[in-house]
Amino acid sequence: MSTLVFIETSEGKIRKSSLEAVCYSHAMGGSVTAIVLGPADASEVQSLARYGAQKVLHAADAKLEKGIAQVYASVLTQAMKDENADILVLASSSLGTPVAAKVAVKNGASFAANVVELPNTSSGFVVRRSIYTGKAFAHVELKNQKKVIVIRKNAAEIKEVGGNAEVVAYALTMNDSDFNTSILSSEKATGDILLPEAEIVVSGGRGLKGPEHWGILEDLAKTLHAATGCSKPVSDMGWRPHHEHVGQTGVKVAPQLYIAIGISGAIQHLAGVNSSKCIVVINKDAEAPFFKAADYGIVGDAFDVIPKLTAALKAAM
Amino acid sequence: MKILVCISHVPDTTSKINFVENNTKFDSTGVQFIIGPYDDYALARAIEIKEATPGTTVTVINVGTAETEPTIRKALAIGADDAIRVNAEPTDSFFVAEQIAEHAKGFDLILMGRESIDYNSGVVHAMVGDLLGLPSVSPVMKLEIEGTKVKMSREIEGGKEQVEANLPLVAGCQEPIAEWKIPNMRGIMSARTKPLKVVDAKASPSQVALQKFELPAPKGAVKMISADNVAELVTRLKNEAKVL
Repeated sequence: MSTLVFIETSEGKIRKSSLEAVCYSHAMGGSVTAIVLGPADASEVQSLARYGAQKVLHAADAKLEKGIAQVYASVLTQAMKDENADILVLASSSLGTPVAAKVAVKNGASFAANVVELPNTSSGFVVRRSIYTGKAFAHVELKNQKKVIVIRKNAAEIKEVGGNAEVVAYALTMNDSDFNTSILSSEKATGDILLPEAEIVVSGGRGLKGPEHWGILEDLAKTLHAATGCSKPVSDMGWRPHHEHVGQTGVKVAPQLYIAIGISGAIQHLAGVNSSKCIVVINKDAEAPFFKAADYGIVGDAFDVIPKLTAALKAAM
Repeated sequence: MKILVCISHVPDTTSKINFVENNTKFDSTGVQFIIGPYDDYALARAIEIKEATPGTTVTVINVGTAETEPTIRKALAIGADDAIRVNAEPTDSFFVAEQIAEHAKGFDLILMGRESIDYNSGVVHAMVGDLLGLPSVSPVMKLEIEGTKVKMSREIEGGKEQVEANLPLVAGCQEPIAEWKIPNMRGIMSARTKPLKVVDAKASPSQVALQKFELPAPKGAVKMISADNVAELVTRLKNEAKVL
């Protein structure tokens, strides 16, 4: 079995989700080749070997700096051929997922997204994927020899396995016709921890009473090195940006720890957080439905509990 | 301009999910089905464009069995002109994309939700784009047509991206691209007589096979901690849950 794994970078650095994809590929067994597209720090590219890549292809062409799905899909299709790869593994993202879909079409490959754990290969090649927005799973057999797998956060444990890899400059030809979309500009919260990748998420709901009260929540998040999220009403009212909306129709998160403050726990919100390892709910209404889905609960006023929690964390760290 | 809106027929977001027949079939008992919430945004944007641009027609397409027809009629009531139903179970993303691509030729704009809320793969737009050789962009939060160009704002991790592409184009939509539209009585009446064409599915070899469904393990009971003893929560998160 030969696996190609697509590495996504952000400002030259390798995304944590892509490290997970390398570890996933390594854990599957067989040979693992990683491919990095666009300019990236040489030391970052080299570091992929430590996570299990036996070979690293790097196409540093500046034309690949902006991730255009069609261009990336053609390059990865070619790379799968060049490397005789049967399987392409990618981490779920706004770029990785559409690229994966296009590569699957071009190769006539079996495709699965939101895969949550390593495949079961005892009979055939069966993946377990999250469906109904985290409310259920499906076991799906990927029947074709060629396969494209998009993994979700926590599908594999990130660990260093040592090892060395040769970094090869990957020469490629690009088709002008693949540049069918232009990215004019992007706005990104810099320096922040990305919500979909965060190990700890602190979310606020209507119980915080207004955007001006987010400071205490941000203090708590900072103390925990957490990303901040919010409920749908909060983003609908414009208190917080849409990319912080956690739930069925927003971002789905799967952190180690999810702390929900002043969120009642509508089923649509729970659908976005039910893959979290541990859920803490803080709400002044003891009847809030979220408590039924929580591991730990505190009945109390957000403005009283949050500063106390921040102080207790600072004292304990 | 001709717009095609692809809609999924999915359980209401408040539905409890259960399976029958040895966990191989979705249990639709007591489940209310709706137009996929993201598809509803796509439809709303299509109707807005139609209202602002004379001569625009909106066609909806659904891949589904006869039970999806009330959902299709709802889309017609909201303002689509006609509909196509590809008579088949929507088993996987590639199958659905192939069926849509078969009927999408000749449309200037192909809109759908960024993902269906049942299978959640979020790739049908990318696959349709690839099959037709058209650009595809998702998840689109803003879409404006200027001549043959389309200007879009797309959500990315931690922010957004301004993207431009030429028509014809495939876009996966999400809020706040448009406000959901609620059908009025006139729409509901006229939807009954709008054309709904039923076509057979194109043969497409299946590349995946569902083995079984599974529900997540039930959650244990919540441990309540007093608001006066927040330090206990920190201790438990550290030593018991081991997440700090």
